[in-house]
Amino acid sequence: MAPLVTVRDLAFTYTGNMADPIFRDVTFSVGPGDIFFLLGRNGSGKSTLLRCVSNVLQGWQGTILLAGSDISRMRPSEVAKEIGYVPQNEVPGFPFLVKDIVIMGRAPHLSVFSSPARRDREIADRAMETAGIISLADRPCTTLSGGEWQLTLIARALAQEPRVMVLDEPTSHLDMGNQVKILRVVKALGQSGLGIIMASHFPDHAFIAATEAAILNHGHVACKGPPDKVVTDGELRLTYGVDVKVLYVGEGIDRKACFPTLADF
Amino acid sequence: MHGHEKGTGIGLEQGRLLFLLAILLIVVATVSLMLGQMKVPPGQIVRIFAAPFFPIKRTWSPTLESVLFEVRLPRLLAGMLVGAGLSVSGAAFQGLFRNPLVSDHILGVSAGAGLGAALAILFFGNIGAIQGLSFAFGLLAVLMTYGLSRVYRTTPVLMLVLAGIIVAAFFSAGTSLLKYIADPVNNMPSIVFWLLGSLNNASNKDMAVAGPMIAVGVTVLLLIRWRINLLAMGEEDARALGVDTGRIRTTIIICATLISAAAVSISGIVGWIGLVIPHIGRILVGPDNKRLLPVVTLIGASYLVAVDTVARVAMETEIPIGILTALVGAPIFAYLLRKNRSGW
Repeated sequence: MAPLVTVRDLAFTYTGNMADPIFRDVTFSVGPGDIFFLLGRNGSGKSTLLRCVSNVLQGWQGTILLAGSDISRMRPSEVAKEIGYVPQNEVPGFPFLVKDIVIMGRAPHLSVFSSPARRDREIADRAMETAGIISLADRPCTTLSGGEWQLTLIARALAQEPRVMVLDEPTSHLDMGNQVKILRVVKALGQSGLGIIMASHFPDHAFIAATEAAILNHGHVACKGPPDKVVTDGELRLTYGVDVKVLYVGEGIDRKACFPTLADF
Repeated sequence: MHGHEKGTGIGLEQGRLLFLLAILLIVVATVSLMLGQMKVPPGQIVRIFAAPFFPIKRTWSPTLESVLFEVRLPRLLAGMLVGAGLSVSGAAFQGLFRNPLVSDHILGVSAGAGLGAALAILFFGNIGAIQGLSFAFGLLAVLMTYGLSRVYRTTPVLMLVLAGIIVAAFFSAGTSLLKYIADPVNNMPSIVFWLLGSLNNASNKDMAVAGPMIAVGVTVLLLIRWRINLLAMGEEDARALGVDTGRIRTTIIICATLISAAAVSISGIVGWIGLVIPHIGRILVGPDNKRLLPVVTLIGASYLVAVDTVARVAMETEIPIGILTALVGAPIFAYLLRKNRSGW
């Protein structure tokens, strides 16, 4: 199938000096149903890359095609109809209700002077059902747990009715139960045909949910391919600077997992 | 399923709440027209206002009619417009700056207007010049804040706040200097009195100029009120939701500045409205600006008319309204903070 998102030779710098970029020569593509995992250590530029792809950050160089169209020539609202971006965000200061936040996802479909109507509320309801938070609809967002807040942001992105979903470390700061809950939702969205780009600090999760993985290291995509080929002892050591063993676990689990060897402990 | 019309707060249906607030405004406005040196019973007010349209026998003196039409009515309209305008622009700024403690003065509009008024009092002395210069300097101050904030391209909202502090400090120092050199018998008291705020000078002529400006500003903010929610989620979030954040931010600043500068030019500096009224509104309907802004418009109008009526009739001489809004507003605010501990 034709890719939904094509990123070619992408480069970005905060300083304005392209000799000192956050990353460069980044090339990948994501099609319908793909779940593309972006790994890399803290500060490697994963978030920045995702913000460029979502057109939240501007000033990047290279090419980003969204369903074949050049994203730099699209209006923000046109991009937002195709890409749902789930940021790493704190809860806002105002106690907006969950349903008020989810319905904000309808913004790209509405003109400046209009506010959401019945149809938009129905779409927001469906988004909350998909994310499994319909029971939280009338809760102020200031009372949510970290996992509930993350699911609220996912529901908001779903309400945009996008074909691509970009998630910035959605499982960080969450307990194990909530991590699994998020991964389950992400996997289901991929299976329903969305293209998914997701940054993560958990190489293990690539074996659970990803169809493809890549590692961002020293401003380059160091490695890219199926999770089995990317998440390996050698790559993880290069990335995180510690010895890691990737082992197959049987016992009814039947997938690989990563273990720091801690030989010098 | 959950009900969609009910927000946080008291859970009254939005349409019914707006209806009740409209009734409240009509009652407050009528009482305001009744009170003053000449007391007028409510029935007579209705008859006097109906007289131009219906065949009603004029049993009242022309003086009374001119007091109502030339003095109390323009002052009532000024109170409603200034109260509604400052409340709506306060609420809009709180969304824009993502902070419920921001007031409509944050970009320096009142500091600028204060210097403009002080200059006009010193050098021209007539009310037209005071209104014109305070309006112009209010705009100038915000323009300087906006220009200064664009020197640095990162975090535009934070830069606006910092630039606003810088510009306000500069203009306030100018006002202090003028107060210091002003003639202490005539000019200095007028400057001080102007800075304390009053609707005393509101005339039909002023309302013809400032009224439409405030009305347009409020209308635009009401039209884009749902988008203000998106900005309250933060710059990047709003962009990811397809909002042209620069354009909507500029629109809010233009509208709020037009409102505040026009309001200041007719009423002087009236503080606390833009802070207290949005808080009362949030307790009633929650933080969603779609519900909040219409409610805030009506409460703000009633509140300032009520306070101005007290300012007119409570004592022999008129109390400056800025003193009253602070005197009443600060305790209300303290009470709300206590009551609303769970969040904004």
